[in-house]
Amino acid sequence: MQKGMIKLKNVEIKEFHQARWNEPIVMELSVPGERGVLLPGLEKELEDEAGTVDYSGIARKSPLNLPEINQPRLVRHYSRVTQEMMGSDNTLGISQGTCTLKYNPKVQEHMAMDKRIADVHPLQDVKTMQGILEIYYRTDRMMRELAGMDKFSFLPTGGGQAIYVNAQIVRKYHESVGNTHKTEIVTTLHSHPVDASASSTLGYKIITLMPDPVTGLPNWDEYKAALSDKTAAIFITNPEDTGIFNDRIDEFVKAAHEVDAVCVYDQANANALLGVARAGEAGFDLMHFNLHKTFSAPHGSDGPGCGAIGCKEKFAAFVPKPTVEKDGDTYYLDYDREDSVGYVKFYMGNAQAVLKAYMWCMSLGIDGLRQVAVTSVLNNQYMLKEILEKVPGVKLYFDDGRRRMEQTRLSFEPLMEETGCGAVDVNHRLIDYGISELWMSHHPFTVPEPFTPEPCESYNKDDLDYYVEVLRRIAVECKEDPDTVKTAPHKAARHAPVAVPETSSEEDFEKLATTWRAYKKRF
Amino acid sequence: MTEKRKIGLIVNPVAGVGGKAGLKGSDGEEIQRAAFEKGIRPEAPDKTLRALEALKKISDEVVFCTFEGAMGGDEAKAAGFSVTILGDPACPEKTTGADTEKLARMLLEEGVKLIIFAGGDGTARNICSAVGDKVPVIGIPAGVKIHSGVYAVNPESAGQAALQFIREGGNVREAEVMDLDESLYREGIISPRLYGYMNIPDNRKKMQNVKSRSVSQVAALDYIATDIIQSMDNDTVYIIGAGTTTRNIMILMGLDYTLIGVDAVCGGRLIGRDLDEGGLWELVNSRRCHLVITAIGGQGHIFGRGNQQLSPRVIRKIGKDNITVIATKEKLLSLPDRCMLTDTGDRELDRSLEGYMKVVTGLNERTICAVRA
Repeated sequence: MQKGMIKLKNVEIKEFHQARWNEPIVMELSVPGERGVLLPGLEKELEDEAGTVDYSGIARKSPLNLPEINQPRLVRHYSRVTQEMMGSDNTLGISQGTCTLKYNPKVQEHMAMDKRIADVHPLQDVKTMQGILEIYYRTDRMMRELAGMDKFSFLPTGGGQAIYVNAQIVRKYHESVGNTHKTEIVTTLHSHPVDASASSTLGYKIITLMPDPVTGLPNWDEYKAALSDKTAAIFITNPEDTGIFNDRIDEFVKAAHEVDAVCVYDQANANALLGVARAGEAGFDLMHFNLHKTFSAPHGSDGPGCGAIGCKEKFAAFVPKPTVEKDGDTYYLDYDREDSVGYVKFYMGNAQAVLKAYMWCMSLGIDGLRQVAVTSVLNNQYMLKEILEKVPGVKLYFDDGRRRMEQTRLSFEPLMEETGCGAVDVNHRLIDYGISELWMSHHPFTVPEPFTPEPCESYNKDDLDYYVEVLRRIAVECKEDPDTVKTAPHKAARHAPVAVPETSSEEDFEKLATTWRAYKKRF
Repeated sequence: MTEKRKIGLIVNPVAGVGGKAGLKGSDGEEIQRAAFEKGIRPEAPDKTLRALEALKKISDEVVFCTFEGAMGGDEAKAAGFSVTILGDPACPEKTTGADTEKLARMLLEEGVKLIIFAGGDGTARNICSAVGDKVPVIGIPAGVKIHSGVYAVNPESAGQAALQFIREGGNVREAEVMDLDESLYREGIISPRLYGYMNIPDNRKKMQNVKSRSVSQVAALDYIATDIIQSMDNDTVYIIGAGTTTRNIMILMGLDYTLIGVDAVCGGRLIGRDLDEGGLWELVNSRRCHLVITAIGGQGHIFGRGNQQLSPRVIRKIGKDNITVIATKEKLLSLPDRCMLTDTGDRELDRSLEGYMKVVTGLNERTICAVRA
C-alpha cells in the first residue's frame, strides 16, 4: 500500500438484539401490603425533644398512591427498564438532529455526585459555598467570551425557559423605554418552534417567515415586510434546523435594530460556531446556549438542563435574579436588582449542569472548543456526502450548492415514492440495528418524509461509516423486503408503537395517556 | 368467506382528449368529435388500468360496480376483477356528464365503500353533484383540467391509496372540487370556480397537492378561527368568504354558514347568508366591513376563484387594510412558489393588492406570504 493512502474497510454490521421484558410499569407491580423498606421508629430522645406534634392540619386526607413493592422486585424492575432503553451511552446518537447528542464525560458525572457538590444546600450561608459560586462566576466569564456578550444567567433550566426569559427581558426593556406599541415578534419557520411558542405565551403576536423554496432561508423582502414599528424583537436560530447558515444575518439584525426591535439569537445548539463566530459580532442583543446540548451536560430525559442566557450591557439590569457577583475576594448572590424580570427558578437553577459545562470548557480550552465546531461540521459534511452517494432514495432539498453546517435536513421522499416506505418506516427498522430513531423535523414539515441527522464531534469516522451503512441497508430492505421494514422493529424491547395515523408523524394522542392517573381515567 | 367489498368505478372515456388536441378541455360533444377527428386516442382507459394494478393483490376481496363498456366495465374486466354491471351509458359511443352523474348516484344507492374515477375537473364536478360528501372518492388524474384537490398524484398512487383505504380504512378529509367555465376558457378567459367538496382518503403521501404531512389540521383551524373571533368588535360587519378554513369561524361561533358562498356576521349574529354581489355592495356601502377570506385550491387564489360575489367594486370599498386572509401554514407551504394569487378581473385592483400579506395561521400567529396578480 502506498504511503498516505487510507485503507478502506468494509463496514461490518454488528448483531444486535435488545432485551424484551414486557416489563409492566411500576404502578402495576403493586401488591397490597408489600414493603421495600421498613423505616425504624423515632428514637426516644428525639421524640422527647420534639414533644407532641399535631399533624392534623397538614396530614393528607387520602392515602398516597404509591406502589407497594418488595425491594428485589423493584431492583429487577429498574434493571430491566435500563436494558430496554437506548441511550447515548450504548447507541449512536447521530439520529437526533438539533439535539446535539454528544458524549457526556463520566468524570463530570462523578464530580457532580461528589458530596462537596451534591450536598450543598442552596440555603446555606454563601460564605460556605464559595466554590460553586466561583464556578458560576467563571463559567459566566467564559460564556461571555464565547458569545461576545456582557452578562450571563444560568437560572433557566431548559432552552424553552431561556427563550421565555429572553422574551421577558424584551418586554421589560420596551417598558423601560416607554415603548407601548411593540406587540409583534418575528421568527422563521426553520427556527426552533419554541422561539414562537414561548414568546407568544407572553402575549406577543408571532410573525413567521416561510423558507424560500430554493435556498431554504428566510426571504429578505418578506423579512422587510414583516418588520414594522410594532416589532418588539426577532428570535432567530442560525444555522437553522436545516443546517443552512444565513450569511446575511448581520443585515437581518441591522434591519431589526432600525425599527427599534431587540435581536435575540437562539443558539441552543451552538456546535457549528463554537469559537468560530459570536452572537455579539453579528449584532445580537440577547442569546442563549443550552448547556445540555452544546456544553456536554446530558440531554433529554437524562437532564438536568440549563438554558444559559447571555445579553449585552444594555440589557444586563433585566436578567433574572439572583445573579452571582464578586466583592473583593468574596462571591455573593445579588438579590437586590430593581429592574430584573424577577425570579424564574428556585435558588440557583441546575448547578450540576453549570458545573459540567465548566469542567468541559476547562478540559478543552479555547482551541479545543473551536475544534468541537470544526469536527462537528466536518463530520456532517462527510456524512452528508456519504449518505447522498450511498443510501438510495434520499433527497436533499434546498440544494443550491450551499454547504450544511452541523446537521442536515434530508428527505426520504424518493424512497417513499419508489417503495412505499418512508421516514417513519426507516425509523422503526433502525432500532433493529441498535440505533435510536431518527428525529424527523419540527412542524409543519417543509420537506416530505424528513429526517435530520447530526453527527457531532464525539463520533469518529468508523461511527459515521457504520451509521451510513445501516441507513443504506435499510433503504435496500425497503425495496427488497418491505414487509420486514413495515413490521419492524423485530429485535427491540417493544414492537411498533401505537398505529401512527396518516395525518401525523406522531403517535395518536387519542390512544396515549401521559400519566398513570390519566390512563386509569381513560382506559 | 366474507362478503366482497363493493368499490365504484367511473371512467370518463373521453377525459383528456381535448387537451391533446389543443382544445383546452373536453366537455361537450363537439369538442370530443373534433378531438377524435384529429386522431386523438383517449388515455383514461390506460390510466385506469395502471391504477387498478395495485388492487390486484386484493382481487378476491373486492367487486367493482360500474357501467358496461367504456365507463369502467371494460377496464375492471380486463384487469381480472369481479364486476357488477349496474347498467349502460345512454349512448355507449358518446358518453356524457349525465351518464357520469347517473352512475355516481347508482353507486351511492348501491352502498359502495369508495368510488375510484378517471377523469378531470368536469368528471369530478359531475360526481360531486351526485354524491357530495356521502362517499369517499379517489380521482385518477386523466383530464385536461386538474384544478380540484380530489386526485391522486398519479395513476399508480391512486391505486395504492385505494388499496390502503380498502384494507385499513382511515380518516377522510374534504377536498375542493374546482372547475373552469370551459366556454370562457376556450376564449382565453380563465375562470375556475369552487363547486363543492368531496371526501377523499386522508392519505398525504398519495393524494395531490399536499406534499408534507404534519400535525393535525383540526387544531390549527380552531386556533385560526379563535384568533379571528377574538379580534371581532361589535360594530363591524365581518364578511366571511367561501371555504373550509373560513367555515370553522362560523362553526365555532355556532352560526349557520354557506360553504361555497359568502356570509356576513355582526355582533356574534348572522346578518346575511349566501350574499350575492348586489347584497354585498349594499352592505359595504352602509356598514363598516371587514373581509375574512382564505386562499382557495392548489393554485392559491384569494380572489377570483369561488368567490366572484366579491366583485372589484366590493373589494375596493372594503379596502386592502380591512382584508384578512386565513390559512394553515401547511396550506401556504403547499402553494406553487409559496405565493397567493389575486384575479378579480380588474388588473388595477389586482396590482394594488400585490405585496406581502400577514396571513393568520394560528392564534396570535401570522405568516408572511406574497400576493401576486
